[in-house]
Amino acid sequence: MGYRRALNDHPDLHSLCRDCLHLWAGAPGDGRCPRCGSPRLAIHDELPSLSLAHIDCDSFYATVEKRDDPSLRDKPVIIGGGHRGVVSAACYVARVYGVRSAMPMYKALDLCPDAVVIRPNMEKYAAVGQEIRKLMRAVTPLVEPLSIDEAFLDLAGTERLHGTPPAQTLAGLIRRIENRIGVSASVGLSYNKFLAKVASDLEKPRGFAIIGQKEAQTFLADKPVNMIWGVGKALEKKLNQNGFQVIGDLLREDEHSLIKRYGVMGRRLYRFARGQDSRKVEPESETKSISVEYTFDTDIDSFEILAAELSKMCDKLSARMQKKGYGARTVTLKLKDRDFHLITRSKTLPDPTQRAEIFFNIGLDLLKPEINGTAYRLMGIGGSELVEASEADPPSLANPDSLRKAHLDKTITEIREKLGPSALVKGFPPQ
Amino acid sequence: MKLTIERAALLKSLNHVQSVVERRNTIPILSNVLLEAADGKLSLTATDMDIAVVEKVDAEIETAGATTAPAHTLYDIVRKLPDGAQVNLDATGEGQLVLQAGRSRFTLQTLATDDFPVMTGGDMPHEFTLTSSEAKLLIDRTRFAISTEETRYYLNGIYMHVNADASPAVLRAVATDGHRLARVEIAAPDGASGMPGVIVPRKTVQELRKLIDETDSEIQVALSETKVRYSFGNIILTSKLIDGTFPDYERVIPSNNDKLMQADVKSFAEAVDRVSTISTEKGRLIKISIAPGSMTLSASSQDHGTAREEVAIDYSAETIEIGFNSRYLLDIASLIESGSAEFVMADPSSPTIVRDAEDASALYVLMPMRV
Repeated sequence: MGYRRALNDHPDLHSLCRDCLHLWAGAPGDGRCPRCGSPRLAIHDELPSLSLAHIDCDSFYATVEKRDDPSLRDKPVIIGGGHRGVVSAACYVARVYGVRSAMPMYKALDLCPDAVVIRPNMEKYAAVGQEIRKLMRAVTPLVEPLSIDEAFLDLAGTERLHGTPPAQTLAGLIRRIENRIGVSASVGLSYNKFLAKVASDLEKPRGFAIIGQKEAQTFLADKPVNMIWGVGKALEKKLNQNGFQVIGDLLREDEHSLIKRYGVMGRRLYRFARGQDSRKVEPESETKSISVEYTFDTDIDSFEILAAELSKMCDKLSARMQKKGYGARTVTLKLKDRDFHLITRSKTLPDPTQRAEIFFNIGLDLLKPEINGTAYRLMGIGGSELVEASEADPPSLANPDSLRKAHLDKTITEIREKLGPSALVKGFPPQ
Repeated sequence: MKLTIERAALLKSLNHVQSVVERRNTIPILSNVLLEAADGKLSLTATDMDIAVVEKVDAEIETAGATTAPAHTLYDIVRKLPDGAQVNLDATGEGQLVLQAGRSRFTLQTLATDDFPVMTGGDMPHEFTLTSSEAKLLIDRTRFAISTEETRYYLNGIYMHVNADASPAVLRAVATDGHRLARVEIAAPDGASGMPGVIVPRKTVQELRKLIDETDSEIQVALSETKVRYSFGNIILTSKLIDGTFPDYERVIPSNNDKLMQADVKSFAEAVDRVSTISTEKGRLIKISIAPGSMTLSASSQDHGTAREEVAIDYSAETIEIGFNSRYLLDIASLIESGSAEFVMADPSSPTIVRDAEDASALYVLMPMRV
């Protein structure tokens, strides 16, 4: 390591300033960066060697809204509402009052009557999420998004590329996300996914928490079993009944008996309790399907209304297919009723398509048999078995216009091949 | 209702009507055949609400009356009775039909005739006559191209219309599934000239085709914009028509194709059949390289290997390489009776015309596949 060892410091520790990115061996007595004086330091003995991170944006939706309307900065902001009436996100000011995600709106407003309530604008959040993901990918190709605002990053082996150890690269990335996009995020840095995810939650917001190999088991020992990824309410209850309250309790059992009692989950319990997790960071896989879905404000049972919604969704789906350059051979309709029962119905087409009209026709056919008085809270339409856009909607003898269009496209290609790509460009019709 | 009828006569009539009845029905009465006895005739009616077939057959009527009984069951029973048997049908009991023949006795549950849906033909202002060979020609050369894809329901049948621009006027049958198109024409029969263009559903075409083979008599056609009726002596088939607009097919029939190729249809079809053994299930693509004097058919599959075969042809235009679905080629080849097929092509991505070199009544258009 090319950094200077500070005198009088704890010899085993390494420190990183998250503001000026200064990295040095040792830990300052006054808890401040010797270079810029910032107190925002990450200090840990394994700091230079850990490379697996989980990044989670801080109350993402609320932060984006505050970014776009500075007058909201110091006010409690709740994203949510609509008739569904649950909190999608609450800013940290609102959280002071006890407002939490997924809380019913009336309860949130009871706790915090002055909160500014904003309807979620998913398109905006998705766009911001994409920008953040771009910055992440600039740092490592191994980015595994978990949702719109969080992702695992594996930075192993990037040290030579960036000239900085992963921790320093990460601090730089977070600084860029804050400066360029205006959204703060918290980092969990560790040696596997499980612990990285646990760590990112420890110091929110604007956190940078580290869990090293040496301390992992001790750290986990007194934590509740539900901290283990995959332990939900039901399993937690079962584990508690079986005498496992904290993760340390699991260390008593051998792997075999845990597997016997909890199946595949048993193996995970055994390993995670020991701070072991061998899952790899899987970068976003090749697109397998493209879909659009929507949760309605109120449950809908009317065919006419669902059909009208479907029509809008199909326009969107078609636009996405075109933008991404795909056509789909299989169309799937997804419906969720008020009891959260999910049904999916699919149909495979003779020719792949990216046309809204075809998605809509097929979607309607799939929808009709499901109209039986059931009220649906969510509907979605998607295309899978994707093909390149050029293979979608082949010219058809049943559609004279498609032949003309194919002929026109061919002619344009021939002219461009002969005279260059700019020989013929599409214009706008004269006004 | 009480009557006696010969097994053979009953079987034949039941056979004609029962195939209209769907195997699975949510409405119980649609599984039944309506039996009506009066004036020395037994009349049998079956329907699926879109098509109704009525047939009258001679019988010894003891008591006039009517009932409905399960069509497929009744057909199966009669089919299994010995040849030459006399069948007694007795529906005078409440809610049941007793069938007796020799030592066999069956009791079938019946449903009230009032519930049996009657298909009314309504006013059918256009009437004309087709010979059975004309009707066969129109159906046989087009039905292979009917689309089975339900989303474009207006392609699920044969489009029949009169082209008055031709002189003399012609009655045309057209079908397409988007990949191939078939167009057949005959001289327009008297009375057809003012008819609207109508789309006859696939199932109606199938039932009609079966009846043509059975009767061999002339067919009286009557139609309106919504329904069609075909009468063959003692059988009447009435059907709804597809309510939709058939595409403007003339626009997809190329008029500027300039590469003419002629081949002996038998050797061509045999070669296609052999080479297609290798082509993959999906698409069944075979590639055809056409050069003056000969064409080379080839197919390849990652799993099965490759195939090649040469066929002698008449061709003098520039060399072209074009791909087709081999099954579509075979379908069309089987309809070319003169022995010589003509292909008229433009390029590997534009529609290709195929026709019988000696019979201009039928014309086929094939969309090439990408090679």
